[in-house]
Amino acid sequence: MTKPEKLIVDGKRLDGRGPLDLRPIKFKAGVLKRADGSCYLEFGGNKVMAAVYGPREVHPRHLQNSSRAIVRYRYNMAAFSVEDRKRPGPDRRSIEISKVSREALECVVLEALYPRSAIDIFVEILQADAGTRAAGINAASVALADAGIPMKCLVSACAVGKVDDTLVLDLNKDEDNYGQADLPIAVTQFGDVSLCQMDGHLTEEEFGQAVDMAIVGCKKLHEMQKQALVEKYGEMVSPQAEEAEAQKADGGERSE
Amino acid sequence: MEREIVVPGDMLGEDPKLSGSGTYVQDGKVYSANYGLVDRRSSIKVIPLSGRYIPARSDLVIGKVVDVTFSNWIVDINSPYEGLLHLSEFPERVDPANMNKYLHAGELIIARVADVDPTMKVELTMRDEHLRILKQGRVIDISHVKIPRVIGRNGSMISMLKKDLNVSIFVGQNGRIWLKGDEKKVDLAIRTIFKIEREAHTSGLTDSIKDYLNKELEQLRNT
Repeated sequence: MTKPEKLIVDGKRLDGRGPLDLRPIKFKAGVLKRADGSCYLEFGGNKVMAAVYGPREVHPRHLQNSSRAIVRYRYNMAAFSVEDRKRPGPDRRSIEISKVSREALECVVLEALYPRSAIDIFVEILQADAGTRAAGINAASVALADAGIPMKCLVSACAVGKVDDTLVLDLNKDEDNYGQADLPIAVTQFGDVSLCQMDGHLTEEEFGQAVDMAIVGCKKLHEMQKQALVEKYGEMVSPQAEEAEAQKADGGERSE
Repeated sequence: MEREIVVPGDMLGEDPKLSGSGTYVQDGKVYSANYGLVDRRSSIKVIPLSGRYIPARSDLVIGKVVDVTFSNWIVDINSPYEGLLHLSEFPERVDPANMNKYLHAGELIIARVADVDPTMKVELTMRDEHLRILKQGRVIDISHVKIPRVIGRNGSMISMLKKDLNVSIFVGQNGRIWLKGDEKKVDLAIRTIFKIEREAHTSGLTDSIKDYLNKELEQLRNT
């Protein structure tokens, strides 16, 4: 693909969005049967599957922490996720993304509740179209909640970039490749930033604006994440559940 | 009354004193820490919709012996943490040199959680009535958060199953269920329990399960 002459024409971007619009987004929680929690996400052209296992025993044993759970995050791009086949396996880029994404989520997980255990998060990028780390974090956050892991709140992430000297929310592939800057940000619902990376150039003033734009974008994503979780059970909830749950405190039922 | 589904981070109340399980307090407000259903009857609690079994003292569990050490049996209790059954907690006197004779790897037991320490070392005991080795019958696994629905209100669901099918059932808090009785009836009981697990969040469950049981029993008699 060659560089388009202009990335913004008459205030509209190449895919028809305004500068503050996100791409079409679709979350689906609880799609994998074997995982404790999972989420499939379509984020524009990105297709991402996140799975969460745990809390479970830590292997290898020396990694375990006797006072809290450890969180492990694996970001992986499928060989077929990009136009030219990606050489499979971890590389420098995916190791870095795994680390920063883990840190973005680790800060909301209530790790102290599960000493000596591990919470494993696997994020598989099935189709990549710019902003995969943000998409991965969004999906992983929903998958963690779906797995019943106690957290302070959900984490949402999106990127802001600069193309043709304009700040735009949620870069697509062309804007990412030929733009002037890319700033992926993850925030908790309380507005705490848990991931912030940048490449390219922004002035101090632009940076401030960009962060504010990203936070607005994350708010929208947060609503969609909540929606996805509520929809999984949705209309199926009943008052009877309440009575039975009250039994929980009582011991097991015995026979004979 | 519609039950409210919450996700982690939802604000549930302004009074930190009401914060119960599944919630946390920040800046004097109560927030949900879990994805689940809210219970506001006495304190604010969030009942999770999923999650692993975390052992708590006095829970009755069904465990599987996975290893034998010089003074302990190591028991898988369907949880991130393994249970330890010390030889002194076995109902009979045990010869430490020959522990395999009493209980060997692969056997299933009903045990009680005697103690859980802050590092999640789980001690089990078998020195109590009802606690024993399971020699016969079948054991199935379901999600432990669905166990209260299998038991039902004051045990209504489980006693209906036992009475209508004439099957012995033991429900462990860790999501394992032991059944013994006529093979065909045990098959039906297992099908019914999986149905309860699938439909755990629907209303009028005991009644719909009763209808289902009657229909299936009718079919069983006719064949």
